[in-house]
Amino acid sequence: MPRISRLALAHFWVAFGLFLPAVVLGAWQMLVRSPWSAPLADSNAYYISVSLHGTVMAYVMTTFFVMGFGYTVAATSLARPLRGRAWAWLGFGVCLVGTLIAAAVTLLGHATVLYTFYPPLLANRWYYLGVFLLVGGSMIWVVLMIVNMLGWKRDNPGKPVPLAMFAITATAYLWVWSASGVAAELLGVIGPAVFGATTQIDAGLARTLFSVTLHSIVYFWLMPAYIAFYTLLPAAAGGRLYSERMARLVFIMFLVFSLPVGMHHLFADPEHGDGFKFLQAFFTFFVVLPTLMTVFAICASLEIAGRARGGRGLFGWIRTLPWDEPMVLATGLSLVMLGLGGLGGLVNMSYAMNSMIHNTSWVTAHFHLIFGGAVVIMYFAIAYELWPQLTGRPLRSQRMARWQLWTWFVGMLILTVPWHIAGLLGQPRRVAAFDYAMPVVARWAPWVDVSVVGGAVLLVSALLLVLTLLRSQGGTRSSVIAPLRYALAVHPAARVAPALNGFALWNAMVLVLMLAAYGYPIGQFLFVLKPHSAPAYEVTRPAPQGLSP
Amino acid sequence: MRWLIGMLGLLAVMMTVVVATSLAHALHPPSNVEVIDPLRLHLEGEFVESNLGAARESDGSVTVRLLAQQYSFVPRCVTVPADTPVKFRLTSADVLHGFLLVDTNVNTMVVPGFVAEVRTRFARSGDHAMPCHEFCGLGHAGMWAQVVVVPKDQFPDSSPTQRLRCAAH
Repeated sequence: MPRISRLALAHFWVAFGLFLPAVVLGAWQMLVRSPWSAPLADSNAYYISVSLHGTVMAYVMTTFFVMGFGYTVAATSLARPLRGRAWAWLGFGVCLVGTLIAAAVTLLGHATVLYTFYPPLLANRWYYLGVFLLVGGSMIWVVLMIVNMLGWKRDNPGKPVPLAMFAITATAYLWVWSASGVAAELLGVIGPAVFGATTQIDAGLARTLFSVTLHSIVYFWLMPAYIAFYTLLPAAAGGRLYSERMARLVFIMFLVFSLPVGMHHLFADPEHGDGFKFLQAFFTFFVVLPTLMTVFAICASLEIAGRARGGRGLFGWIRTLPWDEPMVLATGLSLVMLGLGGLGGLVNMSYAMNSMIHNTSWVTAHFHLIFGGAVVIMYFAIAYELWPQLTGRPLRSQRMARWQLWTWFVGMLILTVPWHIAGLLGQPRRVAAFDYAMPVVARWAPWVDVSVVGGAVLLVSALLLVLTLLRSQGGTRSSVIAPLRYALAVHPAARVAPALNGFALWNAMVLVLMLAAYGYPIGQFLFVLKPHSAPAYEVTRPAPQGLSP
Repeated sequence: MRWLIGMLGLLAVMMTVVVATSLAHALHPPSNVEVIDPLRLHLEGEFVESNLGAARESDGSVTVRLLAQQYSFVPRCVTVPADTPVKFRLTSADVLHGFLLVDTNVNTMVVPGFVAEVRTRFARSGDHAMPCHEFCGLGHAGMWAQVVVVPKDQFPDSSPTQRLRCAAH
């Protein structure tokens, strides 16, 4: 463990070190678009801020966290040194350089394309290069995860790969598939335009390629949370995992079903017919299944723990759970947010209902609740669980960690419930300022006011997080820190079927599904439609109009 | 296992509802897949400026043609009759834009190179704000327009070549 401590901590500190300023930007954005006045408010600054907030939260914080978590899982669950530690540091360096380049260019106002690029808008070439380095560097991590799993399998023939390692390798495969979309967009559509080979951009093709990444990347972010649910939570609660085979099946389903569904982000796009939109809506229903199975498995594992601790009756076991453990508390709060956010997501993916809320604040609320809430709160819990392991110092303190988790939960609800309502009332997202004198906009004002408060609470919580981690790391070394406990299953499996112990079959299945779901939608731009490209539009010009409509 | 079957059942029911409602009410998102050259919009075809606005079709329905560009819709205000089939056809002259009528489910992306078509029917008269809902550049926040729905009998019985617009307020 100590041999990867510095590596893992370096990753986690980049993740949380940039997370804090990104939360500051988020809270400021809430103020800018509210009826109140904000310091430094102007539309140029607002969109720079959105671009930074989105890029850091979606790409930087997540990628660094997942990589750090992956190295920790590989070293601890396989109980042997990580292979390729030097390569891991190289990957870290490449990702960090890419991040710094992209952030600097964005801060200077040369990459105000938000974090989903929006071609034919075109940022400075260094921004794309930075993003490309970040994604490319993380591919070193992907290879290392696969190499470490295969190496262990070779040395332990016939034995099941430890669940946590199996799951993080599924995450690695998922990330390669997912990143292929944005890589193709950068290399095939945006690259030629930024490097002067063409002045044109095919916006429809760019959007379609990005949609390959757009949904599956969320599952890349989400996997650490699920790995914690299955492998860390049951141990922290003092119980056992309900079923290991089910867990393996869930991670496989995430790999297979989170990919051929990205076009549900393009329901409102004119460049695709309803046949493929319908097909991908249909596939989207399958990706709900592993989450519903997880809800069952987690509740069952917690019930086992609660009853082992003396809980009686239909619901008595809930009271006897160790809610003062950050991991247990975070899971409870995460499941509430996952439930609420998931219900909203069912509306988004429902083909026709989506028209009511497409590109309104409802969508912003949905992904903040699912990702910023349910997933990120588990990142916090994982950090609290791993910090004593990585630093050799106890967490200071569990009480502060609980406060932090509660404030994040409460803040996220205060933020997102009003957004849902404003979205239903027709408030569009990604708008720098509203004219609250307009009657239709005035209806949104009270909800926007409430969400400003949510942003402030989240800022306090983010400060608490960084403070707790810093304070713990600065404490005195302790020799009594128990090693990281991975959960045992109720019936530990001595052997598992080869299909549940590797990914060859499942990668083949992803390939088939991707060809079925995306073959024509991407191919039509090349062979069928003869689409017209639009001239690329550089975004470094100043705003031609003032803030108010 | 029972949970699994239950959840599969739940998803099957939801999927059935989505399929059944979209078939029964013809609720389809805009999916017409029509290409158009964004560089020649002002020169030829249905999006030349004199053809923008609301047009009465021979079957009594109304077609509204709108052009989205940084940072306005052309025209900024259109009048349509209530209780009449209305077809919106939009395209973009430059970057991505979004078209949303507040308080309705009229909602589409406007992608340069493609024509987006949305069909609807307004049950009541009244004003609908029409903000651009997709980031289109630094002036995005100022890109608002308006659709005014008037009672059917107040909609002028125009000639086939006439295009109707209104003054935005």
